[in-house]
Amino acid sequence: MSRSGAGQRRNLLSIADLGPDVASGIEEVMALTDSFVEVSERQIPKVPALRGRTVVSLFFEDSTRTRLSFETAAKRLSADTMNFSVGTSSVKKGESLRDTVETIEAMGVDAIVVRHASSGVPRQVARWADAAVINAGDGWHAHPTQALLDCYTIRQHAGGVAGKRIAIVGDVKHSRVARSDVAAFTALGAEVTLVAPPTLLPPSLDGWPVKVSHDLDSVLATTDVCYLLRMQRERMTEALIPSLREYTALFGLTPRRAELLPEHALVMHPGPMNRGVEIAPEVADGPRAVIVDQVRNGVAVRMAVLFLLLGSGTEFGGDGNG
Amino acid sequence: MTREDMQRASWRMAHEIVERNHGLDGVVLIGLQTGGIPLAARLAEALEMIEGVEVPVGRLDVAFYRDDIGLRPVLPEAVTDIPGDLDGRTVVLVDDVLFTGRTIRAALDALADYGRARAVQLAVMVDRGHRELPIRPDFVGKNLPTRRDEVVDVTDEGVDLGEMVK
Repeated sequence: MSRSGAGQRRNLLSIADLGPDVASGIEEVMALTDSFVEVSERQIPKVPALRGRTVVSLFFEDSTRTRLSFETAAKRLSADTMNFSVGTSSVKKGESLRDTVETIEAMGVDAIVVRHASSGVPRQVARWADAAVINAGDGWHAHPTQALLDCYTIRQHAGGVAGKRIAIVGDVKHSRVARSDVAAFTALGAEVTLVAPPTLLPPSLDGWPVKVSHDLDSVLATTDVCYLLRMQRERMTEALIPSLREYTALFGLTPRRAELLPEHALVMHPGPMNRGVEIAPEVADGPRAVIVDQVRNGVAVRMAVLFLLLGSGTEFGGDGNG
Repeated sequence: MTREDMQRASWRMAHEIVERNHGLDGVVLIGLQTGGIPLAARLAEALEMIEGVEVPVGRLDVAFYRDDIGLRPVLPEAVTDIPGDLDGRTVVLVDDVLFTGRTIRAALDALADYGRARAVQLAVMVDRGHRELPIRPDFVGKNLPTRRDEVVDVTDEGVDLGEMVK
């Protein structure tokens, strides 16, 4: 079976894949997302755009929202979906990653959505596969669709990302979300400040166009978006903080700290939240939190990404209709 | 076709819409993104002057319903905006140029996702022929015989016929 005339398959492994001009690539995804938000609000939230295409989720790591979000997105585009979870697969019998990918490819799939605990796995999968590969999170490296939905949510609530002062708070070191967010936010012209204890920052920040602070209280008053990262207890093998209680006391967004934020500020979190650790329950459910919108927009953003890679026949950052 | 010719044609089409539907009860105008939007606005204006009724006007983008997805670049030009439920309404689809009919086929599929219209009618400023599907317009501004490789350009200033730029 020959491939359609859409040209070479493309991948979304990191924000840099959005084209030579990352900012216009992100803008293109966001403009397309507007159309898919409209689709999602309909009584029948489904369009036939990707009929006959097959999207496989290949998740080597636990996930609720990302896997469901991609699956919902594919179904709303009328694509067929297949799910691969490690627990019930031949990986348990010792099948190698390469054999697993080749087996899936042989069934004729158009896109593979990959999540893995090791950085670089999606790139490796893309080398083996003809299908479009979408990175749904790899190790500490990247989670591009999360960054896109974060940009979209900020644009939706604050009119745009350019010029916004964004504080990314918490476990930056282990966070692929932080890495993709920094790349996307700064490409769009936001001012990003990382706020964390030194032990939770990457060993080197060379080449990161960000400011760094170790004092959350002093940053909050001049913050338009307060982005809290999850404390990734499963990735912490060393004692990086004395205790979670001390972390909460110094870096948690408590109701008292939330009062320091300007009236218009947004509170964001990629989920799943550790309520009472990085974010207080009252703040998570408070008026500034747009965490539920992030999840809702995630479906529309992933529809846009799937449509761009499989349906539109255009290049990322290209000029649209030909 | 000059600007004035277009004005007269849309005025006549508005009268035909009223005549065909015995008034404007339940009529909704839906312009196709983006070429049909100005004509839909002009028709709504004319209908209000003729009947004194404000007709709801929507905008529809058919990119996700096209049959050439994967064959050529397809991206929506603008967000769809349908005013309310279409169940039982009479929808007048509005576009600038009717050519192969494939856009209208996609539009009919898209409309079905917004409800079951009582009837769907089609108004176009220019019918240039070369249909590839069994689709015909109900209200036509001008029948314009063309070659397949010519380009019909409809703007506020009028209708122009040009050569395809290669």
